[in-house]
Amino acid sequence: MHKILLKIAQVGICTERPRAPDEALRLGAARLNDEMLQLLGRALAIRHVDAGSCNGCELEIHGVNNPYYNLEGLGIKFVAGPRHADMLLVTGPVARNMEEALRRTYDATPEPKLVVAIGDCGCTGGIFGENHASRGRVSNVIPVDAAVPGCPPEPAAIIQGILTAVSVRRNSGSEHDLR
Amino acid sequence: MRREFFDAHAWRATCEAHAGDGGRLGALWASDGPAVHALLITKEGSLSCASLALSGPEFPDVSDLFPAAARMQRAAADLYGVRAGADTRGWLRHDAPYAFVRVEGEGVHEIPVGPVHAGIIEPGHFRFSVVGERVLRLEERLGYTHKGIEKRFEEMSLEEGVRLAGRVSGDSTVAFAWAYSMALEEAAGVRVPPRALWLRALLLERERVANHLGDLGAIGNDGGLAFGLAQFSRLKEDWLRISARLFGHRYLMDRVVPGGVACDLQRAGVEELLEEAGRLEAELRTLRAIYYDHAGLQDRCINCGVLAPRTAAALGVVGLAARASGIAMDARVFPGFAPYGELQPKIACHRNGDVASRIVVRFEELFESLNLVRRIVDSLPSGDAGIPLPQAAEGSFGVGWIEGWRGEVFVALEAGANGRVRRCHPHDPSWQNWPALEHAVIGNIVPDFPLINKSFNLSYAGVDL
Repeated sequence: MHKILLKIAQVGICTERPRAPDEALRLGAARLNDEMLQLLGRALAIRHVDAGSCNGCELEIHGVNNPYYNLEGLGIKFVAGPRHADMLLVTGPVARNMEEALRRTYDATPEPKLVVAIGDCGCTGGIFGENHASRGRVSNVIPVDAAVPGCPPEPAAIIQGILTAVSVRRNSGSEHDLR
Repeated sequence: MRREFFDAHAWRATCEAHAGDGGRLGALWASDGPAVHALLITKEGSLSCASLALSGPEFPDVSDLFPAAARMQRAAADLYGVRAGADTRGWLRHDAPYAFVRVEGEGVHEIPVGPVHAGIIEPGHFRFSVVGERVLRLEERLGYTHKGIEKRFEEMSLEEGVRLAGRVSGDSTVAFAWAYSMALEEAAGVRVPPRALWLRALLLERERVANHLGDLGAIGNDGGLAFGLAQFSRLKEDWLRISARLFGHRYLMDRVVPGGVACDLQRAGVEELLEEAGRLEAELRTLRAIYYDHAGLQDRCINCGVLAPRTAAALGVVGLAARASGIAMDARVFPGFAPYGELQPKIACHRNGDVASRIVVRFEELFESLNLVRRIVDSLPSGDAGIPLPQAAEGSFGVGWIEGWRGEVFVALEAGANGRVRRCHPHDPSWQNWPALEHAVIGNIVPDFPLINKSFNLSYAGVDL
C-alpha cells in the first residue's frame, strides 16, 4: 500500500492545466458548464458505439479518460448502456452488420439523443467508403450533431467534438431543446 | 516463398502430412476462380502456400487438422461461396437467424451480451450458458464490423493498399503495414535498405510498448485496481506524444510504406528515445512491484481464465497468449525476420496460462522492447530509409509475416495488371486465439469474463475484415 501512496504522491496531478481562455478547448470547457446547466441540467453521459471501426478511434476515446485529458473531471462520463446516455459517440463506417444494432441503440437513447461521429470513417466513410458491407458515414444511418475528422482524432479533438455537439444543438433551437 | 497448386485430394493430403509433422496453419482464405489457399508453417519455421483450384463449390475440410480453420472456412464460404465442413452458419454474413449451441440441464440459463458492449470496446456477441455464476460454455459470434476490406483492396493500386492494410486493426497498424510491405517487396523482388528495416523494427517495438501499457492499465482496472489504469494510461500518453513528435503519428499509421519508411530519426531523436526508455523502465519497475505485491489484484488474476498449455497447443494458439501458456513462439526469434536476427530479442514465456501469466509476459515484453529500442538506436545503420519500388509483375505473389504485439500477422498479396491489387488477404492472430478464449473462460464466474477477455485483448476488426 505504501508503494501505491508513494507513487500517487510522486506523480501528483498531471491533468493539464486549463488552457488560456482564447484557446478552443478551454473555451469549450467553459461553455460546457453553461450549456450543460441549461440544456441538460446535469453532467453529460455518453454511450460509445463502435459501428465498424478499425479500433484506432477506440484507442483515442480511451485516451480522453487518461489523467492528462481527464474528461470525467469536466463532469462528462461514459455509461454502460444507451438508456443512461445523453449522447452517442459513434465510430467507424457503419458496417451493414451493425446497422440494426446502431439504430436500436439510438432508439433506446432518451432525448436529447446527441450524436457525435468520430473519425474520418464516421465523417465520410473514410478509406472503407460505401460498399456491399458498409453503409459509410454515420449520418447515412442516424442523425449526427457533430463530426470529428482524423485518423484517429486525438483526445483533445474528440473532447472538442463532444462540446461542439452540445452547443450546436442549443443554437439550432431544435425540437430537442429542453429549456 | 514456395506456392504450389494441388487438386483437392492432394491438397488435403498435403495439409494432413503437414499437421502430422508438427506443422501449423498460418491462414486460410479463398479467391476468385474459385480457389482456396492455405498458408502452412512447418515445425522448422518454413512457410509455404498450398493452393487449390476448385471446380465446384466444395473443398476439403481441414478443421480436424487445424481447429482454427473452422471459422476461416466459414468466412471463405460467406465471401466466395466455397464450402467446407459441417458448420454452414454464416460467419461474416448476418442475414439469417443464428443458431447458438444450446446447453441444457437443470438450472442452466443463457446470458446474451452484445454486439454493443458496456465498455469502450469493439462489437461482438457473446452467448454464455451458466449455472448460477459459473460459466459452462461461451460461444462467440463475430463479424459485426465486417466492412468488405478484402474487396476494397481490389479497387486499389499496390502502393495505396498499404494504407488500408494499416487499418485492418488499428492497434496493430505497424504490424499490418509492415507485413503488407514485406509481401509487396517480395512480389516486386526488391530488398529494402537496412536503415529502413531497423526503423521498421523501432516502430514495431513502439507499437508493442504502447499496447502493452494500455492493456496492463486496463487489466488492473478490471481487476479492481483503478490506480493501475491511471498510471499506465499516463505512461501510454507520454509514449504516444513522443511517437507523434518524432515520427509524425501517435499510433504510427502510414509510417511503414512499401520500399521503406515514411519517417526518419535524427540525432536529437536518438537522445530523446534513450532518455524515454530509461524513464519508462524505472516507472515500470515500480508498477510491476505494485502489481505483483497487490493481494487483491493477484487474487483476481491467479488461476483465473486458465488456458492450459495442452489446450493452447491443440488449438494452435499464437502470439502473446501462446507464450503465456508455455509455447515459446515468436516470429521475431524463430524463424526470425530482418533485422531481428541481429537484435536477438528474448522470448518472454510463462507456463500457467492464467490472467496473471499474461500480465507477466506483457511486463517482460515491455522490458525487452525497451532493450531493443536501445539496441536499435545505438546501432542504426546509415543510408537511405527507403527505395523506389519497381512495379510488381501481374500474377506475382508475396507473403509478409510479422510478429505484432498480439501475435503473428500475415498478409498474402497477389499483384494484378497495371500495378493493381488482384487479391490481398490480411490475417490477424485473433483468428487463432478467439476460440481459445471460449476455453479459457469455462468454469470461471461471469464477473471474471471482462478480466479474462482483456488479458487476451483480441481484435474484432482484424478478423471481421
